[in-house]
Amino acid sequence: MDNDSSMEGASSASSSGAAGSSSTSGTTSLRHTLAFEVPLANLEKQIQELEELQARKQVDYSSELRQMRENYTALLKKTYDNLNAWETVQVARHPQRPLFFDYVNFLCRDYREIHGDRLFGDDQAIRCGLARMAGQKVMLIGHHKGRDTKEKVRCYFGLAHPEGYRKALRAMKIAEKFGLPVVTLVDTPGAYPGIGAEERGQAESIARNMFEMSRLRTPIVSIVTGEGGSGGALGIAVADRVAMLQYAWYSVISPEACSAILYRGGEGTAQMAEALKLTAKHLKRYGVVDTVIAEPLGGAHRDPAGAAHAVELYLAKMLRDLKRCKIDNLLERRYDRFRQLGEYAESGRRASKVAS
Amino acid sequence: MSQIPGEKPREQEGIPEGLWLRCPECSAMLFAKAVNDALKVCPECQYHFKVPARERIVQLVDEGTFEEKFADVAPLDPLEFVDRKGYGDRLKEYQKKTGALDAVVCGKGFIKGRQIMVAAMDPEFMGGSMGSVVGEKITRTIEMAVDEKLPVLIVSSSGGARMQESTLSLMQMAKTSGALARLDDAGLLFISLLTDPTTGGVTASFAMLGDFIIAEPKALIGFAGPRVIANTIKQTLPEGFQRAEFLQEHGFVDFVVPRKDLRSEIARLVDFCVK
Repeated sequence: MDNDSSMEGASSASSSGAAGSSSTSGTTSLRHTLAFEVPLANLEKQIQELEELQARKQVDYSSELRQMRENYTALLKKTYDNLNAWETVQVARHPQRPLFFDYVNFLCRDYREIHGDRLFGDDQAIRCGLARMAGQKVMLIGHHKGRDTKEKVRCYFGLAHPEGYRKALRAMKIAEKFGLPVVTLVDTPGAYPGIGAEERGQAESIARNMFEMSRLRTPIVSIVTGEGGSGGALGIAVADRVAMLQYAWYSVISPEACSAILYRGGEGTAQMAEALKLTAKHLKRYGVVDTVIAEPLGGAHRDPAGAAHAVELYLAKMLRDLKRCKIDNLLERRYDRFRQLGEYAESGRRASKVAS
Repeated sequence: MSQIPGEKPREQEGIPEGLWLRCPECSAMLFAKAVNDALKVCPECQYHFKVPARERIVQLVDEGTFEEKFADVAPLDPLEFVDRKGYGDRLKEYQKKTGALDAVVCGKGFIKGRQIMVAAMDPEFMGGSMGSVVGEKITRTIEMAVDEKLPVLIVSSSGGARMQESTLSLMQMAKTSGALARLDDAGLLFISLLTDPTTGGVTASFAMLGDFIIAEPKALIGFAGPRVIANTIKQTLPEGFQRAEFLQEHGFVDFVVPRKDLRSEIARLVDFCVK
């Protein structure tokens, strides 16, 4: 909720006193730097130093600065155009990546959160609310990871318990009853693996959601905004339209866990990220997602408002299109959408259906 | 959400070719034929050995009535997945070892004279993991049941979704659950039989969606594997955690039924529910 917590992971606080003195310094030095972003951060630092020098010495470095900024933009573009799978996973987990409530703040004219599954409790990792967004009244459902440490702990870092999935189902039933489309924002490392979660039927809650979502008589749009961690993600992502932000990931297992199983150690993580084909680009090819929503240059964490705007445009179009469909046709197509996923051979020939 | 790759086949858990074998639970030396005659249950401690899919069908379905379906659906390596070994090679190895194309056998048959669609997962094929083939065959089994107005029995035995097909495996959870919603809409019966082990994406999809859920005694059933949970919470897990009896106690399993009684239990449920 609170944007001040973007302070976390700050590399330096030196520029905070000089806020407003330059165009870049205010935000950049507070941004968490990922390992592959170090050359970018160095260049940013140089630009910032030159800007400060210019201000202090009253010398005109504007042409040098212009050149450096151009170089910076070119490097940023080059870096982000060529992210490998493991780097993409890191971007999806960037501490300043917009979270559920950032989207709420940017996109919702009205948001009224509903609470509790009426069975056990009110999970903080999955949030549901009546919302006005993208020109429609909707039921908005999403994982929330939490921004500052306290909130993260309360939200279990976005790892939901069964009561979260059951609250989501309750919200969807309300949406069905009152003719509201459902929008889900997926951002979870996975469903919570713990004793209480098992005792209360983690598996059943996820299975039940997929079962009911496949026949819910109202349009559903899902967007994987950050991490699409396995069943924990899919438990709110059976939809008529499934999109993914450009640097989100979606997979049956996290690269770390996969590597731990197949290599009995952590050394294979980057390799497994590649092997799992978990990026938006790959998943579009397999038909798992219909649309890849482009992020602002350098990722959503550089421009959360820009990312939110892209999400809004997508939602507005999808909700408008889906509203025009007859619900029975919609359900037929929703079934077929998931029905055709998978690749296999039959009597020696390749019978799989791959989205081209 | 994973399957143990099974680098070393754990002979002691299956029934080796030899005359004698050791029960992994009570360590008793058992005469293999006696165990087989007892449906692969230890006569000393009632430990339920894992049962390969075809043998499961033989145990459950009336002799000579099983018509296998969708037998030619075969796996591919769509992601060209390589860890220490290529997925394609792994598949060939398991196909050779088990004589099956993938980890499920499906078909139509009779149980004590009641006609039913059956899918039995094979714990010996890559830990019974679910990839595109398992998802597709189970979905077709359910769809055929809808078309022919038959009840469905799925015998689960699986470590979960198959990592080597990544998100395509994951999507099989949605696909099978969607098919079951249609079966439900058609007013048809689904009996889910959980055997040791049923975890991950299989539990979190069709396995938990039965109108009735039967489990074999002491079967491990859960979402996350016990090791994952222990690592996450840094505690030792309580005795009996995630066993069939634990799930029944917590309201997620209707009946814990010894293997020898499964046929009559299934027949009884069919009699109550099939119009």
